[in-house]
Amino acid sequence: MSAPGSTNPSSSGSYSQSSTPNGGAAPPRQNGPAQTYPSMYASTGYYGPPPHQQSYPTIPAHSTSVPNKTSITNSAQSANYYENNHQQQHHVYSQQPFQQQQQHPPYATPGSYYGQQPYHGVPTTVQHPQQQQNPSLVPAPAVGPGAPLYPIVSYPSVPGSGQYGTLSPSQSTSTPGVMPIQMSAPLHQYNSSQPTSTPPVHPGYGGAPPSQMVPTVNGQGTTAHQHYDPSHQAPQSYDSYGRVTHSTGGPAADRPPSGTPSTSVHSSPGHHQGIYEIQIFKFQCLTLNVSPSFSLPYSGGETSSSTTGSASPLPNSYDSLEGGSYPDSMPPSNDMTNQAQSYSSYGYHTMQPAYRQGPASRSDSSPSHDLYGQPSYQQYSQPFPDLSQLSAALGGLSGVPELEVEALRPVNLLQERNLLPPRPLEAPEPNLSADLRKVNCSPQTFRCTLTSVPQTQALLNKARLPLGLLLHPFRDLQQLPVITSNTIVRCRSCRTYINPFVTFLDQRRWKCNLCYRVNDVPDEFMYNPVTRSYGEPHKRPEVQNATVEFIASSDYMLRPPQPAVYLFVLDVSHNAVEAGYLKYLCDSILENLDKLPGDTRTRIGFLTFDSTIHFYNLQEGLSQPQMLVVSDIDDVFIPSHDSLMVNLKESKELVKDLLTSLPAMFSQSRETHSALGPALQAAFKLMSPTGGRVTVFLTQLPTLGAGMLQSREDPNQRSSSKGVQHLGPATDFYKKLALDCSGQQIGVDLFLLSSQYADLTSLACMSKYSAGSIFYYPSFHHLHNPAQLEKFQRDLGRYLTRKIGFEAVMRIRCTKGLSIHTFHGNFFVRSTDLLSLANVNPDSAFAVQMSIEDSLADSSLACFQAALLYTSNKGKRRIRVHTLCLPVVNQLSDVYAGADVQAITCLLANMAIDRSISSSLSDARDALVNAVVDLVSAYKSNVSSLQQSGLVVPASMRLFPLYILALLKQRALRTGTSTRLDERVFAMCEFKTQPLQQLMRMVHPDLYRLDNMSDQGALHLNDTVVPQPPLLHLSAERVSRDGAFLMDCGNVFYLWIGKCCNEMFIRDVLGCPNYASIPPNMNHIPELETPLSERVRAFLDWLQDNRAFSSTIHVVRDDASAKSTFFLHLVEDRTDSASSYSEFLQHIQQQMSK
Amino acid sequence: MAFTFAAFCYMLALLLTAALIFFAIWHLVLPEYLIHFFFCVMFFCAAEWLTLCLNLPLLAYHVWRYMSRPVMSCPGLYDPTTIMNADILAYCQKEGWCKLAFYLLSFFYYLYGYVFIFTP
Repeated sequence: MSAPGSTNPSSSGSYSQSSTPNGGAAPPRQNGPAQTYPSMYASTGYYGPPPHQQSYPTIPAHSTSVPNKTSITNSAQSANYYENNHQQQHHVYSQQPFQQQQQHPPYATPGSYYGQQPYHGVPTTVQHPQQQQNPSLVPAPAVGPGAPLYPIVSYPSVPGSGQYGTLSPSQSTSTPGVMPIQMSAPLHQYNSSQPTSTPPVHPGYGGAPPSQMVPTVNGQGTTAHQHYDPSHQAPQSYDSYGRVTHSTGGPAADRPPSGTPSTSVHSSPGHHQGIYEIQIFKFQCLTLNVSPSFSLPYSGGETSSSTTGSASPLPNSYDSLEGGSYPDSMPPSNDMTNQAQSYSSYGYHTMQPAYRQGPASRSDSSPSHDLYGQPSYQQYSQPFPDLSQLSAALGGLSGVPELEVEALRPVNLLQERNLLPPRPLEAPEPNLSADLRKVNCSPQTFRCTLTSVPQTQALLNKARLPLGLLLHPFRDLQQLPVITSNTIVRCRSCRTYINPFVTFLDQRRWKCNLCYRVNDVPDEFMYNPVTRSYGEPHKRPEVQNATVEFIASSDYMLRPPQPAVYLFVLDVSHNAVEAGYLKYLCDSILENLDKLPGDTRTRIGFLTFDSTIHFYNLQEGLSQPQMLVVSDIDDVFIPSHDSLMVNLKESKELVKDLLTSLPAMFSQSRETHSALGPALQAAFKLMSPTGGRVTVFLTQLPTLGAGMLQSREDPNQRSSSKGVQHLGPATDFYKKLALDCSGQQIGVDLFLLSSQYADLTSLACMSKYSAGSIFYYPSFHHLHNPAQLEKFQRDLGRYLTRKIGFEAVMRIRCTKGLSIHTFHGNFFVRSTDLLSLANVNPDSAFAVQMSIEDSLADSSLACFQAALLYTSNKGKRRIRVHTLCLPVVNQLSDVYAGADVQAITCLLANMAIDRSISSSLSDARDALVNAVVDLVSAYKSNVSSLQQSGLVVPASMRLFPLYILALLKQRALRTGTSTRLDERVFAMCEFKTQPLQQLMRMVHPDLYRLDNMSDQGALHLNDTVVPQPPLLHLSAERVSRDGAFLMDCGNVFYLWIGKCCNEMFIRDVLGCPNYASIPPNMNHIPELETPLSERVRAFLDWLQDNRAFSSTIHVVRDDASAKSTFFLHLVEDRTDSASSYSEFLQHIQQQMSK
Repeated sequence: MAFTFAAFCYMLALLLTAALIFFAIWHLVLPEYLIHFFFCVMFFCAAEWLTLCLNLPLLAYHVWRYMSRPVMSCPGLYDPTTIMNADILAYCQKEGWCKLAFYLLSFFYYLYGYVFIFTP
């Protein structure tokens, strides 16, 4: 958003509308919304008075019983209210930044709020959620529209407002005209489809039962958003009306529930014809969209406006945004109470104009809608029906004895050799009642190392297992309920979002499952838009799904949501030209230019560097891209402010030109130096006004300017079995840069394509702390290393098109008594429980370690909630909430029965990485071995009753020693085997960020035999048969010369062909006549029309499913080359420097007897 | 006895320790270390060996602590990226409390030393 008076006249002009409320010389953006509303209401006219309207004989009686005088008064007023109150609306939320004064120093100059320049966007965005929901701030009496308290809202001239100039004027004016059209069209469809699906289950609402509702919403999933958008998008595309509605919705909704909810009902006839017909609600803007088939939750769901083109730098107190601070901590000053009072009273009234806008332009407003609307919810507000059921389900844990017994079966590792299950291990089911289990969070998203949480720290210590969570919060989901609601219902004390595991004490109160505080159910929440029934808060989708996504209102913004901004920083030194990545990168970007996540505001920029820094002017109107060279790398400056980051849509031709010519431009480069540091500083300066994503491509050690690095690796030490040096960064330049970036919401992703040592240890810091991702392609060369090239291309394809969330924060809350103490992953920990993620991508995962501070004896359930607040690439603020519920146990055997061996392994891996950096690698390895020793001895002394000799572990943990051995043989942690430092560090980075399943496949690959697959247990998906060969132990004794074996290592498949392999398999699957004719570097499986080939490919495709980055396949022949690839992964075997599985077990036994 | 250099040292140390008590609470790392180093040198010059011996362990700890700080280009001890880890935070807090106790005790010790030297 542009500050008035900046270099951007048109965008600043558009915000001046508040001072010209009637739009005399209205700038385009003000006209936009005004046109939108009529068109929307026109479309609702298709079913005008809904068909079920006739079914209201009892309405008058009911309506008299409801004191709805208020609403009538309101509707009477509201016709001219819009005109009169236009200015006053701004006062309403002008108070909100005012309330912020104590907390945000930049706002701390109240005087500056009353300057001459009206500015709406920003002040509203700094509301605190808790202010909204804290009823103590919201006295009930409505004062009515009084005199304006603060006549003009203005924004203090931001220091350095010159950066607003980065938004090109043409961009900011181009879109508003388009948007209303987009919005009204789908709306129309949705409305017209609705009457057909309305059996009168609840006559008052004409609601379709869920079963019918779903397809409707499903098909029109996007429209539901768009319909609601007018109010939610108001912050962007309209003026402030919509936002007034939101900000006021909160406090009013949070008033103590009264017996006469209809006092809050207001009638705005036009709105009654709205899509969801939830006119009985007082704020009438609740639209709920349950969309079971959303593959991407916002795939086109939003029509984004362009008016928030450029963001303004605001204090980064996301801490308060996501709601970390408690309402109690608000300074309880008189001042504030007063403001809150007027705030609520204003809000309640001004809410109406937002909706009057449409009706005002229509003459056929039908007041009768009110009449049927209001009584009907009275009619259906029955006593809470399922209270007893629900609490029973919550409290009672029906045990699953047989599962538990199996998990607890003592396994003697020295005797049992076949430990692997036939299919890859699934996450253990928590021992919960069926109801809870059904709604619990997917283990792919949220997993706890102990699915039965020990009651006390003492019990946890006794179990000798780590307690922690593994999270994959932004994972691509097939199904995600997206909820648009005025008030996001949260616990008033701990700010937990309402979730399926809360207890409803009665119809109007719910008890938080994390802090046990009793909260009120807001009126709005009583209505369920899915079933269209009132009085069933426990049927709301928030309470039915453990993973939901809320569309956040402006309370959750510190600044207008940023557009998607991408900057590519490319190494064009001689080394890079030699490696030849540029051409493939440019091709890939060109190919995916239209698929880059974003909307019409998406901006893109390029920056190349060798010993100098080259900027590219891509301003629309130029005939070809201009290169601007800055050779002063000691004091980097930005040569031009508004033309380097350009709107992708407007400058697409220039961007394409640049991408086409870029590879050739530097083909003659002889410059061998690389000034990465200055280039990153330039990137930071370019991006800091908006935030966004910086993608760095680097092919060599940075040798010039700030952040230059020296080669620290001694190749002779690569296979040393002593410690590994230089696991810590050489300089803190990259870390500081990353922290600066994180503060400005810039995420830095690094693609390292170096064939030499490039000190990834130091470089990785730039991504680690700015929540970026790291990709490493050792020995990349476009000709000599086709495998890496293919991987690079595949990764790029995914990387460029994958979903992205900007300016995100994540907070993990857990039941009182549990506390999180260490985080693992790429982020910056801003406060003890708040992770700041400048960018969030669907492929990165996080881990946390927890301890039990107080006994959990109060409750039989422990809950964990991860809330990720982010800006979608369409400029929407969204909150994704995952809630996991686990039983609390007080028996050690139960703890072991619920242990999740894969999660434990991954958490231990993360802890080992930390240990190896802070202490030493050998320390970390010892700690891992000790973890096994501790478990076995703890189990032996505490649980196992029979005093048998040998290594006895519970069946749930039978794979633990195997996994730990596999961990010790990983590149990240191995010693003795020659490992390049960069590869080791990259493996460490991967451990920290890969989701659990991917990590487990990397640690302990899945091995299958392919040449004799039977159809036994095969899956039948659609019309393909996917055979399910059993898992094999990773040992050479399971591999025979006459077979073909597939090893799934997560990001790569190895298909090993034995010397005596069945010739039919070679011919039918690989298309080669015999073993000898298999080419040495075969990287694909040909699509042959033979049944065997089809089955193999079906199996491979099935394995590829649900994998973010598609894996490459290598066909490995049984010769010397296989030793370094295939046999390296057979972790149960002895290698030159590491012991075999049985030796490892013996070692454990020795350690135990010490 | 008279107002000797040693008495002056004790008086100075008394005042500075009062400052250190606050620094230990606020975690002003470098000033704290420098002040502590400064009056250790003063005690060395005044040949107050016992007092110096009492302070030497802390001096050594300070040197070790600053040598083993995370890689940083600017002065400082705490790394923003790791300080929020509960174990490191707990360690730093515990360190602060221990130092606070030490400074409080040494405050009274210096008072005693000052009075002891000053009184005939």
